[in-house]
Amino acid sequence: MPVNDGLLVDLSRLQFATTTLYHYLFVPLTLGIAPFVALLETLSWRTGKPMYRRLTRFFGSLLIINFAMGIVTGIVQEFQFGMNWSVFSRHVGDIFGAPLAMEGLLAFFLESTFLGLWLFGRDRLPRGVHVACIWLFTIGTWLSAYFIIVANSWMQHPVGYVLDPETGLPVLNDIGAVLFQPFVLLAYAHTVLGALVAASVFVFAVAAYHLKRRQHLPEMRWAWRSAIAMGLIAASGQMVVGDVLGVVVTDVQPMKIAAGEALWETAGPCAGLAIIAIPDQQARDNVWEWDIPCLLSILATNSVDGVVQGANELQAEYEQTYGPGDYTPNVWIAFYSFRLMIGFGLVGAAWMLVAWWRTRRGRLPSGRIFWAISIWMVITPWLGNMFGWIFTENGRQPWVVYGQLTTEDAVSQISPTFLFLSLPIFFLLYGAFAIVEFLLMRRYVIAGPPDDEQPMAGEPARPLPQQVA
Amino acid sequence: MMGLPEVWFVIVAILWTGFFFLEGFDFGVGMLARTLGANEDERSQMLAAIGPVWDADEVWLVTGGIAIFAAFPAWYAALFPAAYLPLLLVIVAIIVRAVAIEYRAKRPGPRWRARWDTAVAVASLLLAFLFGVFWGGIVHGIPLTADGAFVGHSLMSFINVYSLMTGATLLLFSLAHGATFLALKTTGAVRAKNESWARRFDVVAGALMTVFAVWTYWAYSRGDVAALVVGLLAVGAMAVALLANARVRPLIAFWAHGVAIAAFVAQIFIALYPNVLPSTVDPADSLTVQGSAASEYSLTIITIVAAIALPMVIAYQAWSFWVFRKRITVEDAARAYH
Repeated sequence: MPVNDGLLVDLSRLQFATTTLYHYLFVPLTLGIAPFVALLETLSWRTGKPMYRRLTRFFGSLLIINFAMGIVTGIVQEFQFGMNWSVFSRHVGDIFGAPLAMEGLLAFFLESTFLGLWLFGRDRLPRGVHVACIWLFTIGTWLSAYFIIVANSWMQHPVGYVLDPETGLPVLNDIGAVLFQPFVLLAYAHTVLGALVAASVFVFAVAAYHLKRRQHLPEMRWAWRSAIAMGLIAASGQMVVGDVLGVVVTDVQPMKIAAGEALWETAGPCAGLAIIAIPDQQARDNVWEWDIPCLLSILATNSVDGVVQGANELQAEYEQTYGPGDYTPNVWIAFYSFRLMIGFGLVGAAWMLVAWWRTRRGRLPSGRIFWAISIWMVITPWLGNMFGWIFTENGRQPWVVYGQLTTEDAVSQISPTFLFLSLPIFFLLYGAFAIVEFLLMRRYVIAGPPDDEQPMAGEPARPLPQQVA
Repeated sequence: MMGLPEVWFVIVAILWTGFFFLEGFDFGVGMLARTLGANEDERSQMLAAIGPVWDADEVWLVTGGIAIFAAFPAWYAALFPAAYLPLLLVIVAIIVRAVAIEYRAKRPGPRWRARWDTAVAVASLLLAFLFGVFWGGIVHGIPLTADGAFVGHSLMSFINVYSLMTGATLLLFSLAHGATFLALKTTGAVRAKNESWARRFDVVAGALMTVFAVWTYWAYSRGDVAALVVGLLAVGAMAVALLANARVRPLIAFWAHGVAIAAFVAQIFIALYPNVLPSTVDPADSLTVQGSAASEYSLTIITIVAAIALPMVIAYQAWSFWVFRKRITVEDAARAYH
């Protein structure tokens, strides 16, 4: 091993973490707003009301601007698996092959082809076929998310394989288990609900911007009400799914939950939930914590009598199984990312409830603060989604594939020079495009729903009147 | 008897052929829009010709990469770190190009448009060239250890005269293919310009295809009859394309390019077989089709997926080309990008 191995691992992790989180800036909005736009276009088709057409074009433009960045930053990941994590790629290749091939062949072609047809085909396709295109696009994006969650869930909880006696590598032997293990179904529900919440709060904030100025009132009242309805339903579902997922994770990745709760010593029955804690990773204890009695047992095991294993007992168990080593993830990150994920999710949902009450029966509050908070609320689901991924990926450490391969063993044996070259390139490029993307989004949001004759972003204009006649 | 690993060796070749055939003209159009377009409307006209399809064309690349990962994990794991430099540039160019094509339309203003158009042209040029370098580098081989891993501290393992020549071949092919596509899909002044440039590009592209065929046969496939046949086929198809473009029959030239690029990819894969990645240290350390393939069970599953999905993909993508079969006029484009 080269002497600067640690540096290589750190730089590779930094690059993967930043590029993946950046990618996830775009994913939730695409997943969440695609069905919303598809629904709007369907309403426009069935009712013929111009309001729905204007809303379709308005939110459709925002979807397109966002989608372009999501796609290209996603392609980066496919390359990066091999370039920077070749030992990992070799390890998971036999398992990931199936879900990734399905993603490429079933999802990517579907979304890109039908997006092109939807965007440019308005005047060349029968109306129903045109509406079908946006639905097929939506299905493509949701399928793509599913197959990626399948791959990620396998890293969290490997199933459906045997280890090859010669190479020691996992070999797929049950595709059904990989595709449909409970972890996948729950993680997928958790992901799409998080995306629906994000898109709802986004639509909510955009509507707030225009309602504050009393402009585009019919459209924006509709968007506002729909966003609150969609957001509250998705957030309620998220509470149930998040709770069930927590119980499953406690079962299959007890260390993640122990770290996420800063629980060093095994506790229960009636284990208390720390609301705030100051963990000390070296001492393997908390300097200070504030508990709510019994709540952890209830949340993690669905029973007051449940016993929850602490990090110290688990560490000792893992040393027995896997040999000497540190099997405890960073508890500071785990504990606070967990709380921030939940906190930001709850804040967004709570404010939507407030906003629903303040605007009941068509009222429009005149206070500036109400609208300012409603607009700024848009950052909460993004932060919630980010911290969710930080929690789940940090909580799996030191493993990249749980119980099989550690992150530091998974990197490509390349020179750190490669990373000194690629990291600044990614930072500069991603930084510049984040600014361009933000300014474009802002411009389209402020412009509001277009007049009927204006084309959507990236879409050809309506034909000239004489061509119609 | 062909086993599943060989089937997937062929599927990988098919996916990359699809990518070069479809995205090849997108690359060409990206370069030509900036250079042949006399004004913003003409540039818009050329880019509008690929507007609805380029994104789906690019999926052939993504799928071609995934197929290597899925069917030959050891190949993917050795190849991608070794190709770090060309692939890093590829990533940058893919991001810049996609964002540029999408965002140019989103604001009026000649400066905004001209900048994004330059970005599209440079990124298209880089991509067409780099994918040639990538495959030329694979045929040439890299320093591989006995356990089939790339241990690399050099960014230059893909840079050699053969790989650069392969890059130049693919670049010129893309220009000829793009000009031919525009001759088919546009009207007026843009059509006339591309009809004459398609002919000129085909002369150079045909010459480079010939150099590539002779070099590849001589250095990597000597004595192999199949290699000789596909090499001659590539050169012959380029000659047909040149003659067709000279007589202003772009549709024939377009399909002749398809035959030529399929034969180009076939030469690469025949030169490789039975290896997927030759070692320049010791030929015995080369990664082989059999040695780098995924398990029988895994290959069976992805074979079923591909057998169901690929015909569907080809069908609906062909349908989308049919939906957008009309030629784009400069007035269409001016309205679309007003």
